Amino acid sequence: MQTKINDNAKNININLVKTIYTQYALTLIVLAIAYGLLMLLVYQGIIDNYILRLMKEIGIFVIAALGLNLILGFTGQFTMGHAAFMSIGAYGSAIMTKNFNMPFPIALIVGVVLAAILSAIIGYPILRLKGDYLAICTLGFGEIVKVVIQNVDYLGGARGISAIPTKTSFAIVFFGAALCFAILKNLINSSKGRAIMSVREDEIAAEAMGINTTKYKMISFIIGSSMAGLAGGLYAHFNTFIDPASFNFAKSTELITYVVLGGMGSLSGTVLGTAILIYLPEGLRGLGTVMKDYRMLIYAIMLVLMMIFRPQGILGKREISIVSIKRFIKGIRNFSFKNILKRKKVGE
Amino acid sequence: MNTLLQQIVNGISLGSVYSLIAIGYTMVYGIIKLINFAHCDIYMVGAFAGYYAATVLGFGFIGCLLFSMIVCAVLGMTIERIAYKPLRNSPKVTLLITTVAMELVLQNLVKADFIAGPNTRTFPQVLPLVSYKIGAITISNLQLIALAVTIILCIVLQFIVNKTQTGRAMRATSYDRDAAALMGININKVISLTFALGSALAATAGVLVGMLYPRLEPAMGVMPGLKSFVAAVLGGIGVIPGAMFGGIVMGLIETLSKVYINSGLSDAIAFSILIIILLVKPTGIFGKSDNVKV
Repeated sequence: MQTKINDNAKNININLVKTIYTQYALTLIVLAIAYGLLMLLVYQGIIDNYILRLMKEIGIFVIAALGLNLILGFTGQFTMGHAAFMSIGAYGSAIMTKNFNMPFPIALIVGVVLAAILSAIIGYPILRLKGDYLAICTLGFGEIVKVVIQNVDYLGGARGISAIPTKTSFAIVFFGAALCFAILKNLINSSKGRAIMSVREDEIAAEAMGINTTKYKMISFIIGSSMAGLAGGLYAHFNTFIDPASFNFAKSTELITYVVLGGMGSLSGTVLGTAILIYLPEGLRGLGTVMKDYRMLIYAIMLVLMMIFRPQGILGKREISIVSIKRFIKGIRNFSFKNILKRKKVGE
Repeated sequence: MNTLLQQIVNGISLGSVYSLIAIGYTMVYGIIKLINFAHCDIYMVGAFAGYYAATVLGFGFIGCLLFSMIVCAVLGMTIERIAYKPLRNSPKVTLLITTVAMELVLQNLVKADFIAGPNTRTFPQVLPLVSYKIGAITISNLQLIALAVTIILCIVLQFIVNKTQTGRAMRATSYDRDAAALMGININKVISLTFALGSALAATAGVLVGMLYPRLEPAMGVMPGLKSFVAAVLGGIGVIPGAMFGGIVMGLIETLSKVYINSGLSDAIAFSILIIILLVKPTGIFGKSDNVKV
């Protein structure tokens, strides 16, 4: 009897592993096809270098914003110094490739590890703070990092580092962003992810249920910050020039904007939000000459309007997936005023 | 010793300006628990309003001050009505992003060429500069005026908040908004008034800074804004005397660390002190801690 149950358990396990592997394989295939299609468009000349550059930039900031969404959207910890970790990753990897002639992947890893170590050191004391006070502390930390880099001659001071070799290709950005997305998706759907989200919902209740809140806050802070470090490393080798002022407080709030607009607690929302908000100022360039001068003003006004009319973000906590797309199409097909009236009568 | 005294004088006059901005942050935070990042740009608009009052309208010092206070009070109220009021019950982060977006709107509006354009402007001399020498210390009349204006406004504000009916309504609202509404206080009016008062103080700071350091540009508010925000937190955010104290402390820290430690690192030192204070006493020096209820 005992062995039978064990056998069954084994079978279930094997089946589970099999389905997971097929899922992974499917995801990889879909990704490869998407990448291939994009490259095809590039070779056909439909996507020119300008759009490709924009797409690279979007990919890089998607990585940073995903990390921020883990901290802000899933753990509910309000950090306003995310750009500081980007600058640490950027400087770490740029120094590695420029001064030590390291290969690009190793330089990226160095940047990520540096960001992770620093986030652990800073996170341990300040993650005890709550709400606005945590926000203020991380804001202060971001400014400290900026000022310290400005005053270290080895890092170029306020002049920054220029002539960093261009190493960031679209493939690295694309698959890097996909990898980060997959890591977060798996983390969120695991038991650890549930624990992380319970910290967001109610910290005291989570603690009462036996969840080590400090530990999970630290985990999410370190993972999120190392993603910012990765994005920083990619950015340094994409822009070929970095200076402390390009990772200031404004950049941190920009990243928060991406996350909030897309929907806090929605990974696909973050991708969508980042893409929209990076494309928007560029897209407004295409307007007439009169509007072109005021494109940043229009961008800012649109941001305010989007926040007023959709405070929970574009996607809220939902995700874009095959199931939700199917449901959406079904909803459109069944769309009729009768249904709406019926729903109103029921009182929904 | 003489440099120390001189720097203390400079620090207090700089700090008085920080206090004025910090009071706006702290009042808004006290009443709707919101960090209003657009506040530093209201300070910038205040400086520009003073500039236009002096150059185009030809006002004197008092005229400039009153003009920019009125402009900014109306601006602050309008921003609150249009952008923040619809979001009062949505998540905090959303509201915060709206304030950041509002900051962008104001900066780019001033940067647009039909208002001021992206170039720096020089604030006209509305008062002749006179320097007094007391022993080895030099004090300019502008520094004294800045300090005097700050002290007078702080006393007026304390009077409004502590002694008048409106002030009592403000305190009640900041204590418990729903209960205050049940007691018949018009919450929207009180919040509008808070924004108007805070913005008027920021406008004063803008004019005073325009006189002390006459360089105006659309992004001029960012760094002073950040520092006075730190000042507000330092004194205990939500507490008005705390903001005054924090502003002076920030001014002193900035000038003293510039002279005695390293001019480049003065910002880092200010922020490190902030983090240390928050870790030791998270609610700031004068702040009261509110217990978390389950």
